[in-house]
Amino acid sequence: MTGADMSTVAAEAPGAATVDARKAGDWLLVATVILLCVWVLLPIYLLIVNALSSPEEVTAFPKRFFPSFDVGSLSFFINFAGVAKALWNSVLVATLTMILSIGFGAPAGYALSRFDFRGKGTFRFLVLMTRAFPLPLLALPLAVMFIRTGLDDTAIGLALVHTTLALPFAVLITFSLFSGIPVELEEAAWTLGCTRLQAFRKVILPLALPGIAASAVFAFTISWNEVFAAAVLTIENRTLTAFLLQSLGESPLYLKFAGGAALVVPALIFIFAVRKYLFSMWGIANR
Amino acid sequence: MHGKALPYLLLMPATLFLCIFFLYPFALVAFEAFTRDGAFTLDNFRTMAGSWKFPVTVRNTLLLAAVVVPIQLVMALLMASVVSRLETGRSAALYIFAIPLGISDLAAGLIWLAIFEQSGFLNTLLSNLGVIDRPIMFLGYQGKLTIFIAVALAEIWRATAIMMVILVAGMGLIPREYYEAAEVFGASPWERFVRITLPLLRPSLQTAIILRVILAFEVFAVVAALGGTNLPVLMGETYNWQFALQDRNVAAAMALLILAISIGFTLFFLRVLRVPQEARI
Repeated sequence: MTGADMSTVAAEAPGAATVDARKAGDWLLVATVILLCVWVLLPIYLLIVNALSSPEEVTAFPKRFFPSFDVGSLSFFINFAGVAKALWNSVLVATLTMILSIGFGAPAGYALSRFDFRGKGTFRFLVLMTRAFPLPLLALPLAVMFIRTGLDDTAIGLALVHTTLALPFAVLITFSLFSGIPVELEEAAWTLGCTRLQAFRKVILPLALPGIAASAVFAFTISWNEVFAAAVLTIENRTLTAFLLQSLGESPLYLKFAGGAALVVPALIFIFAVRKYLFSMWGIANR
Repeated sequence: MHGKALPYLLLMPATLFLCIFFLYPFALVAFEAFTRDGAFTLDNFRTMAGSWKFPVTVRNTLLLAAVVVPIQLVMALLMASVVSRLETGRSAALYIFAIPLGISDLAAGLIWLAIFEQSGFLNTLLSNLGVIDRPIMFLGYQGKLTIFIAVALAEIWRATAIMMVILVAGMGLIPREYYEAAEVFGASPWERFVRITLPLLRPSLQTAIILRVILAFEVFAVVAALGGTNLPVLMGETYNWQFALQDRNVAAAMALLILAISIGFTLFFLRVLRVPQEARI
């Protein structure tokens, strides 16, 4: 696929390129995009086909590549006790994680990108080290701590653990983001009479907002995806992933696929909701 | 709140949070790795390394990262580049490329299970094409290579979007004028990519690669869904020691090993892709 892209690029060399070559390049570009879209969408489609087929069809061979729109698998899954509550818990925990990690992470990312101070290297190292540690095992000593403080089996308790996972990402992404915004822009605003806060709000924030949205999506995703800590830290208030993991261990294929679809569909909606930020993040539309 | 205090004030919430929710439990885990029944010992590490599964576990994990991450980097750059060159349908393409970003690794494992399981879509396709007479068991204990391929594909499919979004955000910050100037001087699109995009994208590349490499060492749910115990990886074995074998101390030792590998690679990429302050845009 890289080869295809390279020739796309080469075919569009200005001056030397004829109109035909440019056209061929455009076709290659479109073909590459379509191929990449198929690569992303086809596996999801196949899962949905399974989810929208009857249990018998799911385990049959050979399979049909089109759904029969039989809701047998789905209704079996949805009638499983606790599914709706688990879904709600997942959304709640992920939203809390998003707010906490951006709220704590973005100021730190800004400080790292704009100031030289003692302890900067130490902090950055601490952040990276956090990320390097497998969270699942951290959840175990935390479970004991949560029981003592009454945070066990609560959404906020789990969100705090998920924030440990998401915060370093938020710090690193916002750091990279703020580093890419010229400090001169800020200095110019100060010269024109802005306070530090005003300059940040009126000059830096609008430029950084799309990227901050991206890292918020990221934080949400991390929490939504997380299985192990959720399974360890929640009993009554299980998230969807924990619920699926624990109830799908020995479950039939059609239940697994219906559960997989239940995890995927809200994710599609969420990504769709922030697509505008994803789009403006890359900023070409505004130039 | 002027001058010197400001950066510390900005860092305080994050620092406090990390002290309570990372350093404290981390200290407990480190303590468990080096002790047994309260006494200092290295036995946990000996037990870990002495397990017959240990060498193959380390090999699988490193191999998976070595295969998956470079492919993802190339694909993420490709996605980011083609999206930035599209004249129509940009937002649609960007949205589609970003979809796996929101998909749980558990769900990704299940998605690829739908393709690779015995009555799955790959077998159906092969049978429809007349390549095979009866379905192949791709994910059985005999299919180590096919399990590896399935897991690698699922990982590439799932986690490329994470790098893509970071790179796209980074590309958006590169001033348009650089490209216009290069075009005036006759630089080809490939030259513009190599001479402008790649160097100026370095902070984003660094972030993307570090995030992805560290995550690659934590691969767990995809493997659990597709390979079970047939493809042991470090995180899966840590889980095993913790729950199946009920040995928290060895699990903690394994966790420290994953930590050491991750930190090693992080320092490596921080060094190799260093961004000097004066070289930033």
